[in-house]
Amino acid sequence: MKTITKLWIGLGALVALSPLGLFFPVYFKAGSAWGEWGADEMQKLVGYIPRGLEKFSRLWSAPLPDYAFKGWENKSLASLSLAYIFSAAVGILVCVGVVYLLAKLLSKK
Amino acid sequence: MHIPDGYLGPATCGFFYLVMLPIWTIASKIVKKTLSVKQVPMLAIGAAFSFVIMMLNIPIPGGTTGHAVGAVIVAILLGPWAACIAITVALVIQALLFGDGGITAIGANCFNMAFVMPFTGYYIYKAISYKTSVGSKRRVVAAGIAGYVALNIAAGLTGLEFGLQPLLHHTASGQALYCPYGLKVALPVMLGEHLLVFGWVEAVVTALVIKYLQKNSPELLMELSLRGRSPKQSRF
Repeated sequence: MKTITKLWIGLGALVALSPLGLFFPVYFKAGSAWGEWGADEMQKLVGYIPRGLEKFSRLWSAPLPDYAFKGWENKSLASLSLAYIFSAAVGILVCVGVVYLLAKLLSKK
Repeated sequence: MHIPDGYLGPATCGFFYLVMLPIWTIASKIVKKTLSVKQVPMLAIGAAFSFVIMMLNIPIPGGTTGHAVGAVIVAILLGPWAACIAITVALVIQALLFGDGGITAIGANCFNMAFVMPFTGYYIYKAISYKTSVGSKRRVVAAGIAGYVALNIAAGLTGLEFGLQPLLHHTASGQALYCPYGLKVALPVMLGEHLLVFGWVEAVVTALVIKYLQKNSPELLMELSLRGRSPKQSRF
């Protein structure tokens, strides 16, 4: 088998394993990444929500926020894992699509 | 390490967009000139690999989470300019589709993870593996060290960017407008957690991929300029 084919298969395996990135932090009771808290978490941490942060944090509404579907914040870990796999697959397909598109654009003089 | 919207003030966000614009322009020009059509699938795999490896959050028990970026392995395989493009693609998609990293912070996040990280990693790898054969053990070690150091430099820069905010933007009463943690907290925390935990993840990932390719596809590890391209071969 060609190496490049093996690398694609490896990527597929990483997509399937991606929910581990969701499980481990929950299992080991780890919170958000440092400096990536939501506004309510910030209130708990420093006692206030910085005004600029509050304003800009709502600037963008991503279609799959935190690699899940909108409104899925309180879903079970099993459901969230499925959403995570779906997000990983979508993300990879879009990455590949964008790189091929860029390659096409760059190849034109 | 993905700075969200609202943590950096407008001046910092604008500054890093301005810094990245010429870098993205040069990267496109260089990639257009040097990358052959045959390498496009590798570039796509590089962007996709970086995207998914950043989803694999590693916990510090009872504390916070972090992840590898994959920027150094992509830089070793495709060169730092192509890696800059690949990681930028991953970061922009993460920000736009998944809200991971802010859209106002794309410039800063790309500067840390798509520019400084692949470049420092690439040159550390080159320096340590200097003149060794493609299959040598020293290259595996070089890749690990490069991954470790480069991720920590990127984390240190992120800490610096966070930590400058309370100095740059605060109300008359001293309340921060954006990131509330100053340099004394942000820098040691960002550096510390990456030095202790996440840097090792990047090191292992980078070294393992090199080891795997030495066995299965050593031609991918040869100097970019020596990979036997005929002049007739179509390029960008």
